[in-house]
Amino acid sequence: MIKTPIYLDNQATTPLDPRVLDAMMPYLKEHFGNPHSSTHSFGWRAAAALDIAREQVAGLIGGPPEEVFFTSGATEANNMVIKGVMAQRGAERPKIICVATEHKCVLEAARYCQQAGYELEILPVSEVGFLDLSMLEAAVDDRTALVSIMAINNEIGVIHPLKVVGEIVKASGALFHTDAAQAFGKIPLDVEACQLDFVSISAHKIYGPKGVGALYKRAGDSRSLSPLFSGGGQEQGVRAGTQPPALVAGLGAAAEIAGAELDGEAVRTKQMMTSFKEKLFSALPELILNGDAEERWAGNLNISFPGLDGDLLLANTRDIAVSSGAACASAVSGPSYVLKAIGCTDRRAKSALRIGMGRFTTKEELDYAAEHIIAAVDGMGGLKP
Amino acid sequence: MKNPIYMDYNATCPARPAVIEAVSSAMATVGNPSSVHAQGRKARALVEEARVKVAALAGARARDVVFCSGGTEAANAVLRGAGAASLIISAIEHDSVRAAADVANVPVFILPVDESGVVSLSRLGELLADAPAPALVSVMYANNEMGAVQPIASIVELAKEHGAMVHSDAVQAAGKIPLDMAALGLDYMTLSAHKIGGPQGVGAVVLSPLAPLKALLVGGGQELGRRSGTENVAGVVGFGVAAIEALEHLADSESIEELRDSLEVQLRGHANDMVIVGGKAERLPNTSCIALPGVKGETQVMHFDLAGICVSSGSACSSGKVKSSHVLNAMGYAPEIAEASIRVSLGRETTETDIAAFVKAWKTLYDRTRGE
Repeated sequence: MIKTPIYLDNQATTPLDPRVLDAMMPYLKEHFGNPHSSTHSFGWRAAAALDIAREQVAGLIGGPPEEVFFTSGATEANNMVIKGVMAQRGAERPKIICVATEHKCVLEAARYCQQAGYELEILPVSEVGFLDLSMLEAAVDDRTALVSIMAINNEIGVIHPLKVVGEIVKASGALFHTDAAQAFGKIPLDVEACQLDFVSISAHKIYGPKGVGALYKRAGDSRSLSPLFSGGGQEQGVRAGTQPPALVAGLGAAAEIAGAELDGEAVRTKQMMTSFKEKLFSALPELILNGDAEERWAGNLNISFPGLDGDLLLANTRDIAVSSGAACASAVSGPSYVLKAIGCTDRRAKSALRIGMGRFTTKEELDYAAEHIIAAVDGMGGLKP
Repeated sequence: MKNPIYMDYNATCPARPAVIEAVSSAMATVGNPSSVHAQGRKARALVEEARVKVAALAGARARDVVFCSGGTEAANAVLRGAGAASLIISAIEHDSVRAAADVANVPVFILPVDESGVVSLSRLGELLADAPAPALVSVMYANNEMGAVQPIASIVELAKEHGAMVHSDAVQAAGKIPLDMAALGLDYMTLSAHKIGGPQGVGAVVLSPLAPLKALLVGGGQELGRRSGTENVAGVVGFGVAAIEALEHLADSESIEELRDSLEVQLRGHANDMVIVGGKAERLPNTSCIALPGVKGETQVMHFDLAGICVSSGSACSSGKVKSSHVLNAMGYAPEIAEASIRVSLGRETTETDIAAFVKAWKTLYDRTRGE
């Protein structure tokens, strides 16, 4: 008997890997010190947790550990970069560029800067979710301070070509940021090859704890960013506040595990998702895949069910935990701005479900989910293209 | 080797066993609290239950508790997000408040303290008359380095006469003395979980029902749009459990105070040239800031470390830096005293044996430096 509800919302958050919890527990219990207490061994032990995790995170993106700074998550990291860069460089270079499908926190932070008087250019994407590189090339100029392009889209899974983007961005002297919340630990990322200045990272998307993330910040220009949290000068003054060793150790362990299993997971995920997708599409040929079919994170499947209401379909598949879009917008009804950006009509956007498989998803669970989704669609009178 | 004796509770304190249990059990649940499916709603319920508990500790409404990553973020959020035209901050504020004030882009006025470490109410009145309105007054509930409790009720009363808002950083006071935000009429209070036996990496801004708060972190609109970012569910749960434990065990403060007083009496009995910084003020029951004139704080800390006792010279976040404390400077202490102080902070796990060990080590140090 299969255990329900089946969790297929791994882009919203992921279950904690038991190995990660094991790495965290010593710091919740005996090594509870404040990592910034330099006068005694409790502090040193806690500080060591930070050092180890810094190497684990850096190892996964090809950067040096001293360029990794811990934050409370990707939202904080994205806010830090966008507001911090504009505060520092906005006077000389007043422009920010990002794409229309960025995560809400990138768009909101950029709009915050726009309200403060800076220029914001939001680039459109194609009907499969790709950024138009020639438009990017035309937009980036010597007035551009920052270009922020996400690595993998959270709703439709599309992977952006960061290496090519990096070449275009760096030719103009702008700084290059990527929100890698969905990509870190899932696909290879290399800050050197992609010429990245900033990378935002989240732990809870890779089977680590909620409440912790990191910002990779290239060392070259020490003035590239003004801090969002000021205070005791922790994290080399880039981010004040007592660092939480248990959470940070959790991020480090999650990164290490994800790195070690990255290739195998990519293959397994692709095989399982392909078979799941085939099952759905052969029973329901009118389904529409949202986002490019090839250049996407295989763990993400975003499909429109023509003629049906996504929320109603969710209600009819209660023992499967999927979503109709980004989690933070779950409470807000209305079509997803990401699906609108790839040209979906309101009807098609509102008929979409995001199905996200993860490390702990089994074939049995996917089979069960496919059967139940197909049955629910039939129960609702089938698709009406 | 024997476990070292931990006497640095103001830097951080061990998580309570019930907290560890609650955090690990919450870690095992999956779900983003913003997701509408069953697992998401379960995570949401955990967060909301914790919010009620933290509200109880602060003396506020649950909906006015905004969770964040800790005391530093909370202080930055209030100082930059209250919409004040000027800031009046005490001279002994935590670095997070001082640094946030520096970057707030409004005039900042410093409220001095007397030699016992308590803010001057008469000076506050003058500053309120001069500061561009609306002003935000930020005075910590109790100081982290020497423990002086500030007259928050009088500060609020005075501020209200001038139409000013008041924030109090209650990071060190929480769990040690009673807090009642509503009764005091505070507009903002900030808290940290790991100072009350909760986990590190979580804190809160507590607001009065009408206080404005422009979000420092924007994005998904979590925490009623006041702080974006996926909630640290397990951390928040641990914070809630710690808050309730802190409320239930507030009476423990009396026995901790007895231990602290006994420690000070024994040192005083041995050496009449030592100084208890802030000793004349009403203080946190667990904190003792002890100056041994002529002996550098770092030297003392090293001595205690060798004796297996963990203390600090000033606050943890600045303990790597060799400079005299802004708190002791503000109290008017000359550098030879300000640089010769250590902070001893006790907690619920501190025993009489620990105190005896500390007193013995302190006397050894004293006798050695005085050449006896």
